[in-house]
Amino acid sequence: MSLVYLFVFPGTLFLILYALWSEWVDRKLYARFQNRIGPPIYQPIADVIKLLAKEEMCPDMADRRVFVIAPILAVASVMTAFLYIPIWSTSTPYSFQGDLIVVLYLLTLPPLAFFLGAWSSSSPFASVGSVRVITQLFAYEAPLIVVFLAPAILAGTWSISGITTFFARHPVLILTNIIGFGVSIVAWQGKLERIPFDIPEAETEIAAGSFVEYSGKLLAFIRLALDMEMVVGASLISAVQLGGSFGAGGIAGLLIYFAKTMFIVFLLALIKSVFARIRMDQMLTQCWKYLIPLSFVQILISIIVKEGIS
Amino acid sequence: MKVGKMVNEVILHLGRKPATVRYPFEKIEMPEGYRGRIIYEAGACTGCRLCEKDCPAFAIEIIEVGEKQFVARIHYDRCIYCAQCVESCHKNALSISAEYELAEVDPIVLPLTAYELF
Amino acid sequence: MGKLTLPIGPQHPALKEPGNFELTVEGETVVDAKINIGYNHRGIEKACEERSYIQGIYLIERICGICSHAHTTCFCQAVEEIAGLEVPRRAQAIRVLIAELERIHSHLLWLGVAGHEIGFDTLLMYVWRDREIVMDILAMISGNRVNYGMNTIGGVRRDVDRGHIDKIKEALPILEKRTRYYLSLASEEATFIARTKGIGVLSQEMALRYGAVGPTARASGVDRDLRRDEPYALYGEIPFNVITTDTADIYGRTVVRVLELLECYQMIAYLIDHLPEGEIRVRAPRKIPRGEAVSRLEAPRGEDIHYVAANGTNRPERVRVRAPTLANWPSMAVMLLGRYIADVPITVAAIDPCFGCTDRSITIRGRDDDPGETLSWDRIRRYGITWYERKGVDFRKVRVNP
Repeated sequence: MSLVYLFVFPGTLFLILYALWSEWVDRKLYARFQNRIGPPIYQPIADVIKLLAKEEMCPDMADRRVFVIAPILAVASVMTAFLYIPIWSTSTPYSFQGDLIVVLYLLTLPPLAFFLGAWSSSSPFASVGSVRVITQLFAYEAPLIVVFLAPAILAGTWSISGITTFFARHPVLILTNIIGFGVSIVAWQGKLERIPFDIPEAETEIAAGSFVEYSGKLLAFIRLALDMEMVVGASLISAVQLGGSFGAGGIAGLLIYFAKTMFIVFLLALIKSVFARIRMDQMLTQCWKYLIPLSFVQILISIIVKEGIS
Repeated sequence: MKVGKMVNEVILHLGRKPATVRYPFEKIEMPEGYRGRIIYEAGACTGCRLCEKDCPAFAIEIIEVGEKQFVARIHYDRCIYCAQCVESCHKNALSISAEYELAEVDPIVLPLTAYELF
Repeated sequence: MGKLTLPIGPQHPALKEPGNFELTVEGETVVDAKINIGYNHRGIEKACEERSYIQGIYLIERICGICSHAHTTCFCQAVEEIAGLEVPRRAQAIRVLIAELERIHSHLLWLGVAGHEIGFDTLLMYVWRDREIVMDILAMISGNRVNYGMNTIGGVRRDVDRGHIDKIKEALPILEKRTRYYLSLASEEATFIARTKGIGVLSQEMALRYGAVGPTARASGVDRDLRRDEPYALYGEIPFNVITTDTADIYGRTVVRVLELLECYQMIAYLIDHLPEGEIRVRAPRKIPRGEAVSRLEAPRGEDIHYVAANGTNRPERVRVRAPTLANWPSMAVMLLGRYIADVPITVAAIDPCFGCTDRSITIRGRDDDPGETLSWDRIRRYGITWYERKGVDFRKVRVNP
């Protein structure tokens, strides 16, 4: 039973398929926003298959072991983080007290893996890109963690399943999370390195930035890791900030899960299409000037509401 | 100073038809007078070769194949479709068509003799 | 992190044409920039000497795809001056019409490219979609979307009729509405302003010292526009304003170009209402008499200068082209230093570089006027190989696939 959960649904296979689906939704929305047609539905899987078939090249001066391990590390950590997030019900077979912190920690591993992979690539573009990945981590990670702690304080538990159980009992209280929801969407766009925060991979400045030397299977893993990170992030935000499936197990819970995650993907695609790419120093100042105070305001609101209901 | 000024415009576009033309399933007709493939009429040609002298790309050759019978070999890979030859010809033996789908993979095929095309 | 050499180019997603900027960066700051151009040299000036004037027009047109009409107008004006031809007024008006339409399409192209360089792809898609309207009008009037082939020595080759004028009248209000939207977008969107204000600063004094031309100079408060200062074709009779701002940064250049677009719409509307009647060309001799002429005009990117020397045959003795981008390179080199890497692509794009226009051969002579040397093919080949070996390329490692 748990093998099916781990590898088929909602484990590996479901996660990969859902990640490819949401990549298609994101690209199609982005194209329609720009008055274009957009790719057909089989485009993401075609991209993955094409990349798997291509030749892999590793630069002479690169550190081969780190170069190969980095994408695998990114994929593995994102897949593991998904196991602790409740999908259609309010619990998972693997949840435990404190798994919110473990999930947040696992999700900081992909940027670190990209940094290691880029640093070991020994290309000037990749060096600049790797430093930008780490600098960007300082900008969005702090507000992200603080704003995920707010519902945890409200629910009085450190487990994601506990948070969804709490919101299943008091669904109206997700309205107090609006600021936190907004901050987490913006910070997640930063983590995924998409416009306006795609500074580490700025195509017109440093070619492909951190991924410039990757090709073949490893590039397929990187792209899969980025897509899965989007799905995992959307699931995490919907579970923690939006209350998950409100305890309606089975098919109804699954439909609520799809609706919420697709709404989050829509918001991420919308943000991608209305902004220009900002600069590294501007990102640091804006995040620390606006996102951090907002996330502390959210914590304050959660504490006040918690005192109010108890 | 607004943040996200384009949001209204962008969401409105979700309901509009894309501006892309689905070529090759939908083709755009070029306007009248578009400078596409050059058409040569052997009957009107007197072999003065003014077109050959005025062509910037040395793309047209008039070849004598018989008593006052001429044929034009137009190198469509050299032609820049400027229609200067059409203008230079006093006998109206050359004219422009609006055909623009002239891409060809095989280099042997490209220097087409206008005589062979009819 | 120490000093790093970042090669922007010759192949780079930021550049539309090959050029090399070797940046020495410390962290994110550019401390030194070396600019190498010349990758697009095609020997056009020499090729013009081997072709007649009629053939030369089409060659000059293909110096650049975006400012093609400006180059042919300049060339034809120079040859017409040597030959003493008087171009009819209707031909001059049609030349102005096509020149302004070309300015519209060039500035819209620039706006899209600037959006792309700062990562604002939505702006790129919208602007280029609206640019299609202008391209369709140009295809209808001249027979091609770029490289119009309208000019010939003595006038223009095609006329503008009632149908064309009606289509232009339909298109102008649509273009004006969209351009005003882009103006409001550029002046209000926070991320756009953050990426363009205060960046690529070129003070008025530096613009004058380094000889900047076109919108680059006009954004620094230099009030120069050849259409007003030395009117050519029919510009002396069309009322228009020269747009300058004094912000001296990339934001200023954006505003100057967008406001120039609005001026173009006014000019075209005035022109098609006051189109003079008459012939569209005069007969030009094939052999141009001995003489020389310099012709200047305001291309979309700035001042374009052509020098033609004729020797009595049907081939020119010497043709020299100085494109506007060549005058803007020294200003750009100054703008790059001390800024971030992230500002480099938009700074390069802000002068609207056209590498194809720029690359001509320049002979640099020493103080004592030495005649230089002639190199054979072999020597040039060996010179190239030694140059790359000195840069560290090991030719033994190059594998050629059979």
